Amino acid sequence: MSDQSMPVQNSAAQVSTFAAFRATLRRDLLIALKRRNDLLNPLMFFLIVVSLFPLGVSSDPNELTRIAAGTVWVSALLASMLSLDNLFRADYEDGSLEQLLLSPQPLYFMVLAKNISHWLISGLPVVLLSPLLAYMMYLPADAYWTLVFTLLLGTPVLSLFGAIGVALTVGLGSRGLILAVIVLPLTMPVLIIGAKAVADASLGLPLGMHYALLGAILAMSLSLAPLASAAALRISVN
Amino acid sequence: MWLWFSKLGSPKWFYELSGKWLPWLVAFMVVTMTIGLIWALLFVPEDYQQSFTNRIFYVHVPVASISLAVFPLMAVAGAITLVWKMKLADMVAKCAAPIGVWFTGVALATGAIWGEPMWGTWWVWDARLTSMLLQFFLLIGVVALRSAIESPDAAARACALLSIVGAINVPIIKYSVEWWNTLHQPPTPLSMDAESANGPEIWVPLLIMIAAVYCFFVISLILSTRNEILQRERRSQWVMDIVAAERV
Repeated sequence: MSDQSMPVQNSAAQVSTFAAFRATLRRDLLIALKRRNDLLNPLMFFLIVVSLFPLGVSSDPNELTRIAAGTVWVSALLASMLSLDNLFRADYEDGSLEQLLLSPQPLYFMVLAKNISHWLISGLPVVLLSPLLAYMMYLPADAYWTLVFTLLLGTPVLSLFGAIGVALTVGLGSRGLILAVIVLPLTMPVLIIGAKAVADASLGLPLGMHYALLGAILAMSLSLAPLASAAALRISVN
Repeated sequence: MWLWFSKLGSPKWFYELSGKWLPWLVAFMVVTMTIGLIWALLFVPEDYQQSFTNRIFYVHVPVASISLAVFPLMAVAGAITLVWKMKLADMVAKCAAPIGVWFTGVALATGAIWGEPMWGTWWVWDARLTSMLLQFFLLIGVVALRSAIESPDAAARACALLSIVGAINVPIIKYSVEWWNTLHQPPTPLSMDAESANGPEIWVPLLIMIAAVYCFFVISLILSTRNEILQRERRSQWVMDIVAAERV
């Protein structure tokens, strides 16, 4: 018996961390591409929320220009919040999350792979759509690239922080709003810096500091947040 | 050293010891609070610009300074829960969160009351007010998570993790908000010089009030932790003994 099970154990241990990382990433991307609706919904939500502002505030171009940066950033934040539930929920329900926890590979890289695929599916499209929405909000032309770059640096952070909240609440029957209550305060520094950078860009002010701060937050959350999510998953999945 | 540490983790030991401390703490708080309030409200010289409104300073500053200590306290208790699985640490963390919400709320409220005559507005989106508000949200998140998870053990570890993540985030929030907008005055250095604007007659009552309010915080934390201990240990012999003694 033991002779037969040994080679199996060995071959499991021989899968390199990188191969496991790639396999997890590939699997998550494939699943997401098969569910087109999950891909489109955050984008539609983003589009709809931004278009609520002209309806609710004013259609006057000057006024919209003033709130454009904040509006696009807040909507991106809310859109990423909406898509967070896809991150671990389905895996938790069909049991594959437990398999991931049992695997001999470091959980950090598995969670990182899930985070990256989540960002590619829900964060990147938001970044790509943002210039169109910025145009609808009369954002000054100087600030377009700043908006895209700050979102590019900021939306991964939103996914990484959000993953902690999802991991903590994945086992709860009625999670609903609690996810937003936990995660939104954590993401506010990113929102502040991102929106301020775009606002400064439309005034022609220097931007180096904003990029440096966003980059620092991204680097820190890339290295620490998956650790916290991994620990949270071990707590939630018993 | 380790014996002491494991003793500290025992709810029974804490319950007995805190029962002995409580009368002393309450007495100390009553004395300092009385002296501090009377001194601050009646005898501190009026500020030449703010007249009598600056007296709320003696409530606002102690409360705000304690609400800043709540997150580090919860993070340390959370780390102890995660590493050593000490039950007492989690009970303290659980009780500290709602008290922290209250203290943060009171700090915000007294700040608003002070701000109205001084800045002419109840609320401004200034750095320190905003970071206080965000800390308020973070604490509410911890309380909400605690009540959402049914298993006490999972709730303990989940809240411990969230407190640690939150505690790392608090300084980031503070600095990001700080360069975003600042109206709140910077902390003024204290001075021993009686001629200075911040001489001893201003800060001695402040220190007394800080001691009193800290004492109040510790007393409320101990009382609610004792309550929690009785609730969680209700099946153990020593709690049943206490209940039986109370009944007689």
